[in-house]
Amino acid sequence: MTVTSGPGFSLMMENIGLACMHETPLVIANVQRGGPSTGLPTLTGQQDMMQAKFGSHGDYEIIALSPDSPQECFDLTIEAFNLAETYRVPVFIMTDECVGHMHEKVVIPPAEEIEVVERRWYTGPKEDYLPYKRDEDGVPPMIKAGDGYRIHTTGLTHDEHGYPVINAECQKQNVTDIIEKIRGNADKIIKLEEQEIDDAEIVVISYGITSRVAVPAVRKARKAGLKIGTMRLVTCWPFPEKRIRQLSKKIKAFVVPEINYGQMVREVQRNAFDRCKVVSVPHCGGWVHDPEDIYQAIKEASK
Amino acid sequence: MTKKDKAEAENPQEAYLRMDRIPHIWCPGCGIGTVVTSFNEALKKNKEDLDKVAVVSGIGCTGRVAGYVKLDSFHTTHGRAVPFATGLKLANPDMKVVVFSGDGDIFGIGGNHFIHAARRNMDLVIICVNNFNYAMTGGQVAATTPTDANASTAPYGNFEYPFSIPYLADACGATYVARWTALHLRRVTKSIQEALKHRGLSIIEVITPCVTLYARRNRLGDGLNLLKYYHDKSEIIHGADTRTLGIGYQDKLIVGKFVHKEKPTFLDAMNKHLGNVLGDDYQLYGRINNGKD
Repeated sequence: MTVTSGPGFSLMMENIGLACMHETPLVIANVQRGGPSTGLPTLTGQQDMMQAKFGSHGDYEIIALSPDSPQECFDLTIEAFNLAETYRVPVFIMTDECVGHMHEKVVIPPAEEIEVVERRWYTGPKEDYLPYKRDEDGVPPMIKAGDGYRIHTTGLTHDEHGYPVINAECQKQNVTDIIEKIRGNADKIIKLEEQEIDDAEIVVISYGITSRVAVPAVRKARKAGLKIGTMRLVTCWPFPEKRIRQLSKKIKAFVVPEINYGQMVREVQRNAFDRCKVVSVPHCGGWVHDPEDIYQAIKEASK
Repeated sequence: MTKKDKAEAENPQEAYLRMDRIPHIWCPGCGIGTVVTSFNEALKKNKEDLDKVAVVSGIGCTGRVAGYVKLDSFHTTHGRAVPFATGLKLANPDMKVVVFSGDGDIFGIGGNHFIHAARRNMDLVIICVNNFNYAMTGGQVAATTPTDANASTAPYGNFEYPFSIPYLADACGATYVARWTALHLRRVTKSIQEALKHRGLSIIEVITPCVTLYARRNRLGDGLNLLKYYHDKSEIIHGADTRTLGIGYQDKLIVGKFVHKEKPTFLDAMNKHLGNVLGDDYQLYGRINNGKD
């Protein structure tokens, strides 16, 4: 595991790609600040959400979680390790400066109560081991260096042996494998926190610190008689596409506040298509939203 | 018997190579294969436990070595073989971790990683095949290209000052430093044998012919012509002052073993320091003397 913010995350992109290709379980926490470049050291942002998904070159899938409290930083870090081991994939904890510097009560349970997913070790005969031969769920089991398997891994497009095979056919297999092991298990991976969503006409989608900043705006809108539900993205990637499509058929609008110029809102727009309104509430970073701005956006969306 | 079957049946290196991946991709006249042979010979002569030796390569022509050796072998990103190997070594202190990569990879893009591994005396063997240019990508000028040599990005000749690898390594704290050419095969083998036994950062530079790019662009002839150059212009001076080892274009090549000294490795230093500070609370990490204590 390593911890960084935007500039460090940019530097790591090349090897994040290698980890996706090698299928190395790892966890990176990105305590986001405003960017681009050196941007706003020590001031908040949520501007690396798309970079987390698309920052390294080529096609791949990763998992990104977004805690909104110190307690969740603790809980989701454990979850991140478990997901990384389960799917052999880089998992990002996409938090932000506000949550990163927040002081709150954290309950740390006794170690034996914490669920820890053990790495999936290969157990068959040594001579039959192939580093990228997948189990049924699409994830290959691992072995340890130095145990005599004498494997090869490479960042080049490779086959089950881990040997480079430079052609379109192997590329298709390799890329499909590393993408589908996540997409195919998306329903198991995705966690959302929804409130009063059943009869909602407007759903506020947020994540990280912004989900807490949105609370007074939602409360004020409910007082004004609007039917508001909330959805907090605990898992940002893979994106909850199905759920957005479902909701978009029955609600009037999504309102998406986030501390960037409009990043995850694109995913909402893409999945809601033109079935309902999608209102972005951008913020360039350096501070959190004024809840009043979110309230005004909700009011606008309800018209 | 097909040509490939014959090679498999007769190749004395087959215990050390992934024969299912042969033939390799290197050009005729290239020196990388001969360095791999020397490496295999060193493993054989040292009677190394092959399950406990790993090879890490970066990107480039020499970066492909990891794909051919029958060991735990890792092909990583450009310039990052040294940090990958550092992680591998620290997680598996009982393994011998060898970085096998090129001059552009280790001293160009990965130069920063090298200087810190040397500073820490990280217990790694680094074999750097120096062909004076970035060969796989088309013969671009490298940190090691001699001044005045032609390269695809220096079409009027290189006007930069090149790194002298042994001087850089010595200055940064490497504890075993040698330089040979692809002509000095037995000496390369001997140096790799010593480096595998040495505790601390070992760097062996091997100057090799790049016939397809460096030699062609500079009209230096084929592999044989370059070996003749190594033969005529190299001089063995063991223990030479590393400040004197710069390489001019087609000029004298001073080769030999320049540095071989004992100094605590990264893990030795960590265990000693934390043992002193924390006393009995500290549990030694790894095997401090190759498992002897």
